[in-house]
Amino acid sequence: MADSVGRQVDSINHATGKINRLKLFKRKELTKEEKQRLRKEKKQHKKNKKDDRGPPEKEKEKEKASVPAPSKPATQSPAHKAAPVPVNASASESPVAAEKPAKSKAELRAERRARQDSERASKQGKKEGGQQSTSSKPKATPNELQPVVKRLPDHVQVDDPVALKKLAKKLERQQVRQINIVMLCLLSDCCPLTDDGFIQVFSEITLHIPVTVIHPSIVRLGLQYSQGIIAGSNARSVALLHAFKQVIQDYSTPPNEELSRDLVNKLSPYISFLSQCRPLSASMGNAIKYIKKEISNIPSQCKEEEAKRILQECIDSYINEKIILASEAISKYAIEKISDGDVILVYGCSSLVNHILCEAFEKQRKFRVIVVDSRPRLEGREALRRLVKKGIRCTYVLISALSYILPEVSKVFLGAHALLANGYVMSRVGTSQIALVAKAYNVPVLVCCETYKFCERVQTDSFVSNELDDPDDLIVTRNGKTHLENWQTVKSLGLLNLVYDVTPPDFVDLVITDLGMIPCTSVPVVLRVKNVDQ
Amino acid sequence: MPGADKETELSERIEAFLSELKRCGSGAGSLRGSAETARETTSLLRRITAQARWSNAGDLMEIIRKEGRRMTAGQPSETTVGNMVRRVLKIIREEYARSRGSTEEADQQESLHKLLTSGGSSEDNFRQHFTHLKANVIEAINELLTELEGTTDNISMQALEHIHSNEVIMTIGRSRTVEAFLKDAARKRKFHVIVAECAPFCQGHEMATSLSKEDIETTVIPDAAIFAVMSRVNKVIIGTQTVLANGGLRAVNGTHTLALAAKHHSTPLIVCAPMFKLSPQVSDTPFTRFSEILSKVNAHCPVFDYVPPELITLFISNIGGNAPSYIYRLMSELYHPEDHEL
Repeated sequence: MADSVGRQVDSINHATGKINRLKLFKRKELTKEEKQRLRKEKKQHKKNKKDDRGPPEKEKEKEKASVPAPSKPATQSPAHKAAPVPVNASASESPVAAEKPAKSKAELRAERRARQDSERASKQGKKEGGQQSTSSKPKATPNELQPVVKRLPDHVQVDDPVALKKLAKKLERQQVRQINIVMLCLLSDCCPLTDDGFIQVFSEITLHIPVTVIHPSIVRLGLQYSQGIIAGSNARSVALLHAFKQVIQDYSTPPNEELSRDLVNKLSPYISFLSQCRPLSASMGNAIKYIKKEISNIPSQCKEEEAKRILQECIDSYINEKIILASEAISKYAIEKISDGDVILVYGCSSLVNHILCEAFEKQRKFRVIVVDSRPRLEGREALRRLVKKGIRCTYVLISALSYILPEVSKVFLGAHALLANGYVMSRVGTSQIALVAKAYNVPVLVCCETYKFCERVQTDSFVSNELDDPDDLIVTRNGKTHLENWQTVKSLGLLNLVYDVTPPDFVDLVITDLGMIPCTSVPVVLRVKNVDQ
Repeated sequence: MPGADKETELSERIEAFLSELKRCGSGAGSLRGSAETARETTSLLRRITAQARWSNAGDLMEIIRKEGRRMTAGQPSETTVGNMVRRVLKIIREEYARSRGSTEEADQQESLHKLLTSGGSSEDNFRQHFTHLKANVIEAINELLTELEGTTDNISMQALEHIHSNEVIMTIGRSRTVEAFLKDAARKRKFHVIVAECAPFCQGHEMATSLSKEDIETTVIPDAAIFAVMSRVNKVIIGTQTVLANGGLRAVNGTHTLALAAKHHSTPLIVCAPMFKLSPQVSDTPFTRFSEILSKVNAHCPVFDYVPPELITLFISNIGGNAPSYIYRLMSELYHPEDHEL
């Protein structure tokens, strides 16, 4: 049986920043079962590459040809690649499709047939050289560094049915149950309205997930996220890291596998599951990146116990440095900014801002606090409780009373969910309003944010990408009447419950981070410094 | 004696009206729209003119002023009452002047020249008796009532000029004027409305359900999302409780934030307000209700917001569209400067 050299092009994973790689491997003509097993193993290897593969149908590949994405996988085709490849080929080359493991038998058979055809053809046409692919293959020289074009993760493209299908396939592969998202395409020109037209996201998850696949502490974490039991950027990240510690503790390397690669693959379905329960925050994304990097940096000769210990320590030190010590540093800087007699306005419940205020109070600063709250989450009540317990003098208003109360205020302290690379602050919905009105009254706005929440995304308004919360939370009974009770039956009525919004940098006067006090526009500088460090 | 009976009946009616006003203000009674209040005030004033005892215009004005003071004291936030009283006073002045035969323009216009040359207020003290004054005044008040009844329709008729197809319109809370405005436009055009619910009373919910019944695509958002959503909005159309003399507004809680957000995104802010809401007051004192929740916490719940005239693009009233800078002129046509203080 002739050896055939297959070539695989790994696509770019923009989340981890890996570059295009050529993998060469030899493959003997195996039996069907052996081939399937091999494919399963390959699937394990490729699990951490996220969404850049198209489904294996030929039609889709032909479609994709017209899309000039540099990282498209090579399609399976009877002809050859046009791109020159420094392949040390003893035999003829034949392109092999970047395979999707979830292939039907018919497709496998078709592939094999195609490959045999191509071998035959190549043997004949070997001397012609410069063959051309008849099928459309968008192709870049695979061995050069491709420019990192970021593609949106599929779960963000809720309006694109093609992307949704890809996501469903991926989840199926990872045996994670997908929660149905009926999407709202409000005010969007390009995307179609679904039949109902409105949202129902993050309702209860029904647990039909095979326990063998997802670790129980991850399942519990996912439930806690979706129910809102754990809420708040820092809390979610810390909970995630603790759950991962548990996972690593319980993990045992299967034979013939390396811990550094296998563990990363094991974590991927967990991450998919968690992002189904509730979309990952920027802080969680950064934490996951860090863990994955640490895992893949474990030297291969390390014993399992030793490796686990190293990883646990890494996670502990991450939490300690990036969250706990960072908040200490931020408090130190922020307290310099609080003077006696100040009237400080805070919005919602930010763990960091509450910590700063409590510390300032302990350091005998004299100030009073105005807590602004908003429906439907009413998180300000929690902040109010914590501050009053400390003994700080507080006033409580709803966000609609902002114009009334702002003339009394001397400073505004806001927390952040993430800081985007173009200087916009992503935070709880309503924050941008506070900043806007404060600017109109010339009150300084200070945002407090740890550096691990800085992310590389850019966004200009709150509509292009956001999280949607349960619309039924908006329903309320006043004077014995609930007007919106049956809103779902009324076709033209909809409820929109956004979770986040972005504040433009011109409204923010200062960002206090653990690296110091920086203006909003210096976020990409910090990101660059961090990347160089890592 | 029939006269005395009439008088007691009249004072009973006035008392009933006053208590109704007080109740509405405290939120216990049914909330009435300002149009209704204006109409009732005007009918009451007509009744006073018809039934009270007076011999000349001056007396009548005194009576009306006195009652007007009582009514506005009963419910200071309901400014339509005071506005109607001032309108009626102006009507009386006009009718008196017409009966006397002097030209209307000379009295109405206040040029700088007149201010400088005339010796302060007019020497006219309204003591002359005219037989037909009563009938004329009552007729004029009837005209005023007809005008009041037609205000919402007049405003709605202008809707098609301002709302185009596939627009996204934002509004806040519940305003009957805006509701009628949008429903009228919806008969011919298809557009989308976003309603900010306006906590804590959440009147936006009622507005949304009523609009969606007319097949207008409506979305309800919490107040916190106003700025977040504003980038997608084409126009902001709001109602108001009062239009102030400088072109500013006293409107429901949260309107100032809405106006600032609209200004930031350069979205036009259109205020639909009938003329009877125009009030001679200028700036605003905040009107709040205080309540203590926890013993250590103060909670504030202001009812109204002040919106400065720079944030407003257009006023749509029953006499047409106007810029905020023109409001002072309209006011001088409606009310006499001496009546600004009742």
